[in-house]
Amino acid sequence: MSHSSTVDASVSGGPAPEAAGVPGFIKDWSSDKQTYHVPWGKAMMWIFLVSDTFIFSCFLVGYMTVRISTADPWPLATEVFALSFFGSDPIPLILIAIMTFVLITSSGTMALAVNYGYRKDKKKTVILMCATAALGAMFVGMQVYEWSKLIEYGVRPWSNPWGAAQFGAVFYMITGFHGLHVTGGVIYLLVVARKVWLGHYEKKGYEIVEITGLYWHFVDLVWVFIFAFFYLL
Amino acid sequence: MASTASGQQQHPLGLYLKIWILLFVLSAFSYMVDYYDVQGFWRWTLVLFFMVLKSGFILAIFMHVVWERMALALTILGPPLILLLLIFFMAFEGNYTQDARVQYFGHDADRSPLHVEH
Repeated sequence: MSHSSTVDASVSGGPAPEAAGVPGFIKDWSSDKQTYHVPWGKAMMWIFLVSDTFIFSCFLVGYMTVRISTADPWPLATEVFALSFFGSDPIPLILIAIMTFVLITSSGTMALAVNYGYRKDKKKTVILMCATAALGAMFVGMQVYEWSKLIEYGVRPWSNPWGAAQFGAVFYMITGFHGLHVTGGVIYLLVVARKVWLGHYEKKGYEIVEITGLYWHFVDLVWVFIFAFFYLL
Repeated sequence: MASTASGQQQHPLGLYLKIWILLFVLSAFSYMVDYYDVQGFWRWTLVLFFMVLKSGFILAIFMHVVWERMALALTILGPPLILLLLIFFMAFEGNYTQDARVQYFGHDADRSPLHVEH
């Protein structure tokens, strides 16, 4: 796997012309050779993330459409996802709140990993990336628990005991696809962390950590929308 | 400001820590909306407000979009704007479908969902 380094200016088309804002925008898009003055891996990751934005948006808009169009009452997420601890009264949405905090914590450790990567602090970068991966795995674990609970309650993609049948289809589809992204992200993080540890990026530069970070933050970003639209509203 | 010319993004650690804490606080606020059972107009307003703030900070600071050159930033932020049109169309159509179900199939759209037994 090779990606252009900022040290090797010839690969990335030379140093970018200094121009910010609109003049820079016009300059970049009308230039002869290259539009994006970032390592190609980063531009490609962004283009992938934009396409992924459309996939998740299609799911969320689909969810909106079935929820608006159904004449059956929509189940109350606050009750469905309530959980009781040690025989307490059920606390509304508590597992989802904890999952949200776990994912935000992982975003923080990832941001720090990127920072230490550019400082060429290999050890801290690897530790923080592994912490991010561990938090991601924890998130997926909690999601598995949540799924098992809902399956136990009798929620199916085609029916549930409380209201509109589409609830289950939307839930399994959206959280499942998001969970798949988190799982993929954990694997991606561990692979890159291992390569960082082995020193593969000492010479190439640590942009790869930032690129991995972009993917990870995106997964957190998607969760912000799922949390708001599916669980809270 | 970071040197965006070289494609590297290096910013003070303190900034990341501040944004991190802010994201925690905003998440706690959105959870509080549900915990204290705020309903109706304020539920939508608060949840969407915290959502936009959270996603904005993740995009701008953690994903460095605020420091990227405009050519890249608009590639990221521009195309998704078309989704607003999709949302508008589908909401419009969804409402039509629901009206038809109520009017022609006798569905009652005002029933409440059953409560969850834990």
